[in-house]
Amino acid sequence: MAKVFERPKSLIDIPMHYCPGCTHGIVHRLVAEAMDELNIREKTIGVAPVGCAVFAYDYFNCDMQEAAHGRAPAVAAGIKRVHPDNVVFTYQGDGDLASIGAAEIVHAANRGEKITTVFINNAIYGMTGGQMAPTTLLDQVTATSPYGRKPETEGYPIRVSEMLATLEGAAYIERVSVHDIKHIVRAKKAIRKAFEYQLEGRGFTLVEVLSTCPTNWGMTPAESLKWLQDNMIPYYPLGVKKEAK
Amino acid sequence: MAKATFDENRCKGCELCVSVCPKKIVVMAEDRINEKGYHPATVEDMDKCIGCAFCAMMCPDVVIEVEK
Amino acid sequence: MSKVLMKGNEAIAEAAIQAGCRYFFGYPITPQNEIPAYMAKRLPQAGGTFLQAESEVAAINMVYGAAGAGARVMTSSSSPGISLKQEGISYIAGAELPCLIVNIVRGGPGLGGIQPAQSDYFQSVKGGGHGDYHLVVLAPSTIQEMVDLVQEGFDIADQYRNPVMILGDGMLGQMMEPVEFEERKSRRLPPKDWATTGWKGDRPRAVINSLFINPQVLENHVNKIYRKYQEIKANETMAECCNCEDAEIIVSAYGTTARIVKSAMEMAARKGIKVGLIRPITLWPFPTETFQEWAQRDHVKAFLTVEMSMGQMVEDVTLSIGGKKPSHFYGRTGGMVPNPADILAEIEKVRGGNA
Repeated sequence: MAKVFERPKSLIDIPMHYCPGCTHGIVHRLVAEAMDELNIREKTIGVAPVGCAVFAYDYFNCDMQEAAHGRAPAVAAGIKRVHPDNVVFTYQGDGDLASIGAAEIVHAANRGEKITTVFINNAIYGMTGGQMAPTTLLDQVTATSPYGRKPETEGYPIRVSEMLATLEGAAYIERVSVHDIKHIVRAKKAIRKAFEYQLEGRGFTLVEVLSTCPTNWGMTPAESLKWLQDNMIPYYPLGVKKEAK
Repeated sequence: MAKATFDENRCKGCELCVSVCPKKIVVMAEDRINEKGYHPATVEDMDKCIGCAFCAMMCPDVVIEVEK
Repeated sequence: MSKVLMKGNEAIAEAAIQAGCRYFFGYPITPQNEIPAYMAKRLPQAGGTFLQAESEVAAINMVYGAAGAGARVMTSSSSPGISLKQEGISYIAGAELPCLIVNIVRGGPGLGGIQPAQSDYFQSVKGGGHGDYHLVVLAPSTIQEMVDLVQEGFDIADQYRNPVMILGDGMLGQMMEPVEFEERKSRRLPPKDWATTGWKGDRPRAVINSLFINPQVLENHVNKIYRKYQEIKANETMAECCNCEDAEIIVSAYGTTARIVKSAMEMAARKGIKVGLIRPITLWPFPTETFQEWAQRDHVKAFLTVEMSMGQMVEDVTLSIGGKKPSHFYGRTGGMVPNPADILAEIEKVRGGNA
């Protein structure tokens, strides 16, 4: 018998700290598989965020830097400018990227920094205990929107991919999801393509991954996948938002 | 002929593998508890496994290996 | 090499390039704008990279990334901008990354003004950002010294894996003086085998990080950094002493203010008043022992600290002399620069026991 599925080499063989059913683990694996397939592990430098994925530097089997909250794109820009031939990626959640780090991601994209950002959108702050994120849906109840998010007071969920796709420096931007096998396969293709674009020096690349947070959504992992499909995808349509030819 | 191997002690019992198995052969082992305190996922009727690796692709903790 | 007439800010930039700095990340703010402008022009010629960031916050985090990637890298700003950089500076110190940060200080608090001041002393030497850490803070008083300390600063940063700050002020940044760029011998520096360069398995995997979630591990980490600080204190403390041998009053000042004090000292000498000067060159580590030494001398009757602030370094002077002699203060702030006559008047007041 031959192995048809095994742990990618770019993912260190230790248990991850994520809650049961959290899709961070799936996305970590997809990033690592893309690194394996493109054979870029030895030249990849990753940047970990602040949030649930803060310990990503313990999981990816490559050189890593841990950034301050929201600052990963700036840190990645510093690294990439020093090592233009290396592959540099950031892995960031929605609080990190779309709230406190909004300026950094917009300007990294606008400068066309030749980096790849894996953006986890699960519509909530996980690590700090389920607070409202910029991507929290309308009427979604969180620790800091206990009556549901109201546009009059909290504004609207930000569609990061569409926003960044308007910038000239962005070379490839796609929104994917990991709620079922078909979409997981598609997500991996997108991440791989983003790395390929970076290797070709095309500009800024970002893959937004719709993800779940069973713990803070207060659902089982399976219910969470269904909630993602039913509630997030209608507001956050999947697909390629920008593809430089 | 296919086989799914579960690293049971790393399983967090999220049951996502159960939800995607087309043959409905992945189950939670109700008779035992792993180091983390969960009933781990397992396959009892391995003869029915088709080696699609859906369980492994869905597992957030990368605890499943599949051979075919 | 012959002397050239240069503006302080431009001299800093040129000195950095000559010291091998090839990466500069900054954001515009007065009165340091000549530094990024010079870098924007010269760095590409020298095969380096200048990048104007979207904010000071981004700039210092680019420095973090580049320093973590093993580059000799710097940023510069002025007071309000340095406040914004404090988060990144704390992370850089926590992750033990070498870099040079230049603060061409202007008056504060808040938006303050754009004229020279020394009111960022506390921020520079007492932390500034959160957590247990120190910057090495170098305080030049001439443009030549600024040039020399830039090279020294990069070397200190690399040797100890710690951020170094050049604390100037609007006066030093904007004035012109003749300077010489001597070929300086760099220190023997340890290899940057900890940097993220891509991991081929020939060394431990590089992880640049300041997160230590286990309190015992964090305490051990901070203790390690503080052992390094003890070494820096022992090896790098610098101060200039002028005419202290028979001084009755010792004035203490750094940077621009020390130059003005020297003029006041000449005026005092003509009046027959014996005045010495202790000029800390490293504000951290503070030259405590120098002060202790002179405080024990019988001929020294009192200390007078002069600053362009409401009295910040004077606290370190007072602590250092430990009550052995009276410690007085005179300062101007908000961008006002003390003149020699005012300082002389203060010296006379202190001498007459009226201060």
